[in-house]
Amino acid sequence: MSTTAQPDVKAAPARWVPSPKTVITAFITLILVVGEWQYGIAGGYKKLGLTLGTCVVTEAILSWFLLGRWPKIQSAYITGTSLVLLLRPAGGIYWPFVVAAVLSIMAKYVLRYRGRHLWNPSNFGLAVMVLLAPSQVALLSHELGNDLFGNAVIWTVGLLVASRARVLHISITYATSFALLALLRSALVGTPALAELAPLTGPMYQLLCFFMLTDPPTTVRSKRGQMLVVLVIAVVECVFRLANDFEWPYAEIVAPAPPILALFLVGPIALAWDLRRRSA
Amino acid sequence: MSSPASPPPTPARWRQVVVLALFVGLIAFVWDKGRNKANRGPQPAATAHHGLRFVEVSSDVGIDFVHKPTSIDPKVDMIAAQITATGAGVAVCDFNNDGNMDLYTVSSAEGSRNGLYKNLGNGRFEDVAAAAGLADLNHNGVGCSMGSIWGDFDNDSFQDVFVYKWGQGELFRNRGDGTFANVTQGSGLERWINSNTANWFDYNRDGILDLFVGGYFGEEHNLWDLKSTKIMQESFEFAHNGGRNHLYEGKGDGTFVDVSEQVGFDTTRWTYASLAADFNGDGWQDLYIANDYGSEELLLNQEGERFESAQGIGLEGESKSGMSVALGDIWNGERMAVYVTNISKAGYLFQGNNLRVNFLDRLGSFSQVAEGATADCGWAWGSQFGDLNNDAWQDLVVVNGFISASQDRDYWYQMSKIGLATGGVVADAALWPDIGDRSLSGYERTRVLLNRGRTGAYFREVGEAVGITDRLDGRSVVLSDFFHTGRLDVVVANQNGRLLLYRNDLDDDANWIEFRLKGHASGTDAFGTEIRITHGERKQLRVHTAASGFAGQNGPILHFGLGDFAGPIQATLRWTSGKELVLQDLAPNQLHVIEEPQ
Repeated sequence: MSTTAQPDVKAAPARWVPSPKTVITAFITLILVVGEWQYGIAGGYKKLGLTLGTCVVTEAILSWFLLGRWPKIQSAYITGTSLVLLLRPAGGIYWPFVVAAVLSIMAKYVLRYRGRHLWNPSNFGLAVMVLLAPSQVALLSHELGNDLFGNAVIWTVGLLVASRARVLHISITYATSFALLALLRSALVGTPALAELAPLTGPMYQLLCFFMLTDPPTTVRSKRGQMLVVLVIAVVECVFRLANDFEWPYAEIVAPAPPILALFLVGPIALAWDLRRRSA
Repeated sequence: MSSPASPPPTPARWRQVVVLALFVGLIAFVWDKGRNKANRGPQPAATAHHGLRFVEVSSDVGIDFVHKPTSIDPKVDMIAAQITATGAGVAVCDFNNDGNMDLYTVSSAEGSRNGLYKNLGNGRFEDVAAAAGLADLNHNGVGCSMGSIWGDFDNDSFQDVFVYKWGQGELFRNRGDGTFANVTQGSGLERWINSNTANWFDYNRDGILDLFVGGYFGEEHNLWDLKSTKIMQESFEFAHNGGRNHLYEGKGDGTFVDVSEQVGFDTTRWTYASLAADFNGDGWQDLYIANDYGSEELLLNQEGERFESAQGIGLEGESKSGMSVALGDIWNGERMAVYVTNISKAGYLFQGNNLRVNFLDRLGSFSQVAEGATADCGWAWGSQFGDLNNDAWQDLVVVNGFISASQDRDYWYQMSKIGLATGGVVADAALWPDIGDRSLSGYERTRVLLNRGRTGAYFREVGEAVGITDRLDGRSVVLSDFFHTGRLDVVVANQNGRLLLYRNDLDDDANWIEFRLKGHASGTDAFGTEIRITHGERKQLRVHTAASGFAGQNGPILHFGLGDFAGPIQATLRWTSGKELVLQDLAPNQLHVIEEPQ
């Protein structure tokens, strides 16, 4: 009895490679855990549980109610984590965590254009809160200890993660644009250059660079377009900042969170324009 | 902040409409919340608050004091207005033992004079600081006054005073004839400390007062002759480049020994306030410290040998801007609460004040209960508990506002840039944006928080409605009964502003009782003594402290409101010597002088 020689079809076991989204999820979790452990950045487990829980439940309900299916909760988790890291309501109130979480998730299902949602969810929630209820909400008062080493670690890991997620060009374009415009502002306003550059070292900018600006569903398609959009965001932010430095009327509205509000304004316009252009 | 691929747009129309309506409704809710808070309507009339009414009478009663801030080395001119924005401190004392509560308040500018306002007992005050030798203390080379703390360090029954400074603090012995001798030289207190707080307490229970002096700026800095512009905090959160805290053990003869290292004071935080009391019930006076740019600390006294920072009690994880410490029995549960003020500014920063109820005995920690009006008092500084309307519940007064300069220009945005800086940038004053004539949380309103008892939100803000209407930059607030009316009056020391005395014109016949203590084994001031009173079914607790609030001291009278209870009162006093004294059938509406059993 002969047997036909069979080729060895067993391939080497596939090496598990985490998806970009998994890497991003792990990174933001790392910031959350280390930040809370070292500096109490989340402000306690009650806020964390409330915000994450609200995001996940809202996502589940809306997905079931509107689409008839249960969603993946990874995105809701990232949104919730971002909100709890950045939101700082007035003492003793918790409703902003709940409302911002619900609004952020709802924005994905309500504010749509040509089948896509336009705003990064947490950016939408944060912007609405700080624009409509600044007497109740501020963004981030914890700075991870203003510690150079800690911030350097976050930037290094963040850049590696961005590279893995193939969005490094977005993060670098924004950071470079901000830095150059900071030097410009320093020259125009007369403030020390380090003071103008300083915000870039803070957690708000880290979250912006590595999570909000690079959110795939809310960025334009082409690489060049993505870089152009974040450059425009940096310019608009610079205008917001100059408006406050030169005390233009109503500039104080955007003073508490210039980068968040610049993205809130520019991001959806750019995406809508891109969607329209591509479908034309 | 990644979001998933967009779900396919296939939901039923009515479902979309429902979600859209909810979405719009939520946005309207947020808008309404923001609008209501920002444009709060007029407060209810004063008559709604048990007749509570304050009238500012400082000029009428002879108090005409204006605090003047110091100027410092022009190398840090860019934020000099911010650096020099403290120094208005006030303390209640009875320097001549006539039973009338006097006031000592400090100024800071070079050549400006401190004021000792002698209460004449007829509703008027007279500044006797110059005659007493306590006026002319602000000179180049010795620093500027930041506050004072009164205590009888030599147990001769006359209160002496230590004036703490950014510079060389000064100790004055009360001669008993209305004058004071400067006894700093040879006292062991000759040290340059940039201090915003000091405190008398008896840490080793030897019956002699010891002195705590907290450091704010590092001791290496002479703010009038700076070697470097790197004098600011290294971090807004966890700064450790501030001044050292010191503990001086009193010997009773006017000399002191620095035992800081021996007792374990080895930190260099930015200490703004301190309060001494027995927090863990072991009979030894502990220290509660409020630090700027860092977390609060409870230093537990290990039987007079060492102090150990309490861990795991809910303090260490929160980094804020601690400005003052006050102690009150907010629930009438014989359980003290610690109130620490912090900074809140709409849109930028909500640190929130802390109101922590002491549950060390049951839970091993404090329980944070601040919310709403108690949590957000703007850029809050001094605070004090006291039963303002004599309803048997302790209320709270909080003064606030940092720099009131331009009405139109604000520094918050500029400060928010540097606030996020990393790696020591913050520490260098030369790298801060120029503050110019900008305000920073200026023109804020003093808060009067009425305790509503156990139910509801506990405290209700009624400041303007009851007549406390100033918008000066309050630093220190103290409460005492200056006119023997059985009501607590309010004194506010304002930075670069007038000292205000709000007379309490409470239109209510609520009852009260007051105590003044005379200690023996616990020292004549009897600081640290706990008084528990029982009136009917209710109980209240007070602790007699020296320093309280920010750069403040409430003086020797302990006041309790009794509401409509007019029957006999029982009081139990626990002295720091360990003795207990139970007094029955005390009459209400009187001041009772209680002497420690020999």
